[in-house]
Amino acid sequence: MSQPVDPNSFRTGPDEAGHFGIFGGRYVAETLMPLILDLEKAYNDAKADPAFAAELTELNARYTGRPSPLYFAERLTEHLGGAKIYFKRDELNHTGSHKINNCLGQILLARRMGKTRIIAETGAGQHGVAAATVAARFGLPCVVYMGRTDVERQSPNVFRMRLLGAEIVPVTAGAGTLKDAMNEALRDWVTNVSDTYYLIGTAAGPHPYPELVRDFQSVIGNETKEQIVAAEGRLPDLIVACVGGGSNAIGLFHPFLDDSDVAIVGVEAGGEGLQGDQHCASLSAGRPGVLHGNRTYLLQDGDGQILEGHSISAGLDYPGIGPEHSWLKEIGRVEYVPATDEEAMEAFQMITRFEGIIPALEPAHAFAEVIKRAPKMDPDQIIVMNLCGRGDKDVFTVGKVLGVEL
Amino acid sequence: MSRIDTRFAQLRSENRAGLVTFVTAGDPDAETSLAILKALPEAGADVIEMGMPFSDPMADGPAIQLAGQRALSSGQTMAKTLDMVRRFRDGDDQTPLVLMGYYNPIYIYGVDKFLDDAVAAGVDGLIIVDIPPEADEELCIPAVHRGLNFIRLATPTTDDKRLPTVLNNTSGFVYYVSITGITGAAAPNPDEVAASVARIKAKTDLPVAVGFGVKTAGQAAAIAAAADGVVVGSALVSAIAGSLDDDGRAGPATVGAVTDLVRDLAAGIRGAANGSAA
Repeated sequence: MSQPVDPNSFRTGPDEAGHFGIFGGRYVAETLMPLILDLEKAYNDAKADPAFAAELTELNARYTGRPSPLYFAERLTEHLGGAKIYFKRDELNHTGSHKINNCLGQILLARRMGKTRIIAETGAGQHGVAAATVAARFGLPCVVYMGRTDVERQSPNVFRMRLLGAEIVPVTAGAGTLKDAMNEALRDWVTNVSDTYYLIGTAAGPHPYPELVRDFQSVIGNETKEQIVAAEGRLPDLIVACVGGGSNAIGLFHPFLDDSDVAIVGVEAGGEGLQGDQHCASLSAGRPGVLHGNRTYLLQDGDGQILEGHSISAGLDYPGIGPEHSWLKEIGRVEYVPATDEEAMEAFQMITRFEGIIPALEPAHAFAEVIKRAPKMDPDQIIVMNLCGRGDKDVFTVGKVLGVEL
Repeated sequence: MSRIDTRFAQLRSENRAGLVTFVTAGDPDAETSLAILKALPEAGADVIEMGMPFSDPMADGPAIQLAGQRALSSGQTMAKTLDMVRRFRDGDDQTPLVLMGYYNPIYIYGVDKFLDDAVAAGVDGLIIVDIPPEADEELCIPAVHRGLNFIRLATPTTDDKRLPTVLNNTSGFVYYVSITGITGAAAPNPDEVAASVARIKAKTDLPVAVGFGVKTAGQAAAIAAAADGVVVGSALVSAIAGSLDDDGRAGPATVGAVTDLVRDLAAGIRGAANGSAA
C-alpha cells in the first residue's frame, strides 16, 4: 500500500496495486480478479500505443465535438459581483454531458480486448445514454442496469437508451438507485466473464478503473488549461466541479493538481442537509470503507452497512466516491463541501435565467458553491466551473419541485 | 489441527464428502437463526458456514441477498453474529464454523478486534469474498497468525498460472466456485467440476469443497463424487424464506424447513461414492 512518494507532485498515483494513499485498491471476488488484471494490462498497452490516443482524439473532435468551449459567464459575473466566472461547457458534448469522454475511451479499450458485449450501470441515465451511444456507434450489444427509482424519475433518458438499442434492466434490490445498479452490473460481469466488458461510469471501482476513467476525463482539465491561458493569460484562482462518483471533477482537477496557486473545490450533494441522513455527501459526512472494489469514503452505519443516499440529482446519488478524491481530501489538496437540494435548485434557476443555459442539476450543485464564493473574491480573480451536463433530463424533476405539472 | 482439519480428516476416514451448509446469521431473526444453527449438525451438516449479512452482497444472488436483508431488518449486527457463534459453541465443540461475508463490516468493526472476538467466540475460519490474495496483509495474514483458517475461493477464471497465488496462505479447505456467476444461479456441470477439482488437487493437499448452484440432493450427490465437500446455501435460505408467514416472521415450520432439506442433502451425499479419495 505504498503511494509512490513524490513530494513535488499530486499526479503520480495510483501505485501498481491501484492505491492512492490508503484508498483505491482491488477488492473484488476471485472470479473478477483475472479480468481486472487483464484490463490493467490492456490499458497499459493502449496507453503505450499512439494509435489508440490518435483514434480517441479523432472521435473526441468529430463525434463528441471537442474541445468544448470555455465560456465567460458575463451576466452571472456581473450579478454576483466578484470573481470572473467561466463555464467549461461539457454540456455541449454529444449526448449532453462529460460521460461520453469516458465511454469513447472505454469502448475503444473493449474493442481492443476483443469483448463483444457491453454492460453499464447508470444513475441519472447520462452515463447509460453515453454507453448506449458508443455501443451503437461500434455495433455492440449493450445492457444498462438502472435502479427502479431512477428508471421512474429519469424516463426521458430511459427512452433514449432504448432508442439507441440498449436493453434496460430495472434493479429492484435495495432502494433501487445507483449503488444497487452497480451491484447488479457486477453480478452480470461475474456471470458473463468471457465476452463482456463492464463500462463503468465513474472514477471508482477496482483498479484500474479509477485511473483510466480519470485519464479519459482529463481532456476536460487539459483543454481548460489551454483555453483559460488563451483567454486570460494565466491559470484560474479557483476551479469547481460537482462530485457524485467524481469523474467530471477528477477530469477537471487532475491537470491542475500541481498548480499550487489554483484552489480546487468539489461540491457534494447535501440533499436535505447533513444533519440527517437525506444527503449523499460521502466525503463530508461519511468515513472510509470498502465497497465496489475500492477503499474510499462511504456513507455507512456504525456496523459497516452501506446507506442509501439522497439527492434531488440522481447523478450524485451514490454513497461512495472515487478513491482519488478520498486521497485528495485526506492530503488537503482539494476542499470538498456540500450543497443542498434547495441551493442547487436556486443555482439551476440562476444559470438558466442569467445565461440562457439550462444546466443539469449536478453542475447546479457546483454553481451553488460559486454563488457563495464569487462575491467574496476580487473582480480580477477567475473561477472556472465545469458545467458537465445539460438539464433537459431534469425538467420533470424541477417542474415537480416548482409545482408545475408537465 | 483446527476443527476444520479434524473434520475433513474424519470425513476422509469415512470415505465420504462432507456437507457444508450456509445460512445467514440473523435470518429471519436472531432467535430462530440460533435455533437453526444449533440444529444443523444433528441434521447432517459437517461444516457450517454462517453469512455475516451485508447491505451490498455483490457476489450473491437474490436468495442470499434477501436473507441478508431479512437479517439486517431484524436488527442483526456483527456483535450479534459473534455472540451467536459463542452460544453455538457452548453446546458444540466439534462442528467447524466458518464466517463468510464481505470485508466492509469487518473493516468497520476493526480488523484486530474482529479477529480477537472471532477467535474467542469459537470461529474456525473465514471466507471473505472481496479480499483477493493481492490484499493478504490486510486480513488474511493477521487471521492466520491467530490460528484461524483463511479459506479462499477458486473459480473457473482462476487459471493454472494464478492458482498458486490463490492457494498461497489458504488453509482449512479450498472453496471451488463451480460456475462463473453468483450464488444460487445455474447448476454446475459435474464433469467440469470433477476436472476442476482435479486441477486444484494437483496443486494442493487441502480438501476442496464445491459450491454455487447446488440445490438438490441429486446435484449434491453428483458433486460429492468428485469433491471433499459440497456447499449448499441459496437452497437453505430459500427454505427459510418459504416458511415465513405473510409478515415475514418465522413460523413453527421454519427450523424444520431447513433441517429437512439438510437431512435430504446429507443422505444424498452419504449415498454417493467418493471418487476424490483424497
